[in-house]
Amino acid sequence: MKRWWLILLCAVIAAPVWAADRAAEERMLNIASELRCLVCQNESIAASRADLAVDLRQQIREQIRGGQTDQEIRAYMVDRYGDFILYRPPLQATTILLWFGPLLLLVFGLLVLTLTLRHRMRSMTDRLLSDEERKRAEALLKPNNIPD
Amino acid sequence: MNRFLWPLLGFLVLVGFLAFGLTLKPSEVPSPFIDKPAPGFTLPQLAAPEKTFSPEEMKGQVWLLNIWASWCYACLQEHPVITDLARSVPIVGLNYKDKRDEAVAWLERFGNGYIVSASDTDGRIGINYGVYGVPETFVIDKAGFIRYKHIGPVDEKTARDTLLPLIRELSR
Repeated sequence: MKRWWLILLCAVIAAPVWAADRAAEERMLNIASELRCLVCQNESIAASRADLAVDLRQQIREQIRGGQTDQEIRAYMVDRYGDFILYRPPLQATTILLWFGPLLLLVFGLLVLTLTLRHRMRSMTDRLLSDEERKRAEALLKPNNIPD
Repeated sequence: MNRFLWPLLGFLVLVGFLAFGLTLKPSEVPSPFIDKPAPGFTLPQLAAPEKTFSPEEMKGQVWLLNIWASWCYACLQEHPVITDLARSVPIVGLNYKDKRDEAVAWLERFGNGYIVSASDTDGRIGINYGVYGVPETFVIDKAGFIRYKHIGPVDEKTARDTLLPLIRELSR
């Protein structure tokens, strides 16, 4: 008896998901996961529980039902909230540093590395041991010097 | 000497960037609506739901659209400033995702400087205006173009130094 209640409860909880179009829901989450929630900016609209995110998810659902393409839905969001809503910002004059900054840093790092290594190579010259040093080395290396 | 100079220089540059970062307000996202026509809508008026309000009616004058809600604490905080501003410029309220009776009671209790408030009960018009947190205030010019958007509560300084000069300029 107890188990039946549990199954019924699960069914009730899951019902909205079954009822909705699975593919459309997946598409919605796909779009929403690449949109920034503007209320809590480090969360995506797919993940956020903020009221605005709930509304915007609903908005996306309706647009999918209305036959809009993903591109059109994203454009709708950008029209209202600006490029800032996109986690993947478009490539334009203001975002060049954002897109290519890491590459620039990598090139800079490699440059510094090469220069440093070359500098070090040049400063390293073979130095011969002096007579005194050689004697000390021989003394240390003598087999009878090793305790057993 | 050089060994310490370069890292120190790098550190100072980093500090410069971080200090600049502190002056930015990441919660204030630039609005894509600046200098674009204010989105149209027709919504029931809060005080008289049988009547409607549409931004078209404000054509020919400079006006403010203030997004507010009775559940919003920051709205209460800015309310005296808004009421004060209402003496210099017509302000329309957009009552965002609110319950009608609570909104009406709120205005009765704290004063009503709005020439009219429109009820955006499900927040759809708010989305069309790119609202993501109440309160927000839009300055709209005579031709119906959005000229400025203030995010968060309007304080006296913003009203005096930013909004009023802009309104004066646009009214010319």
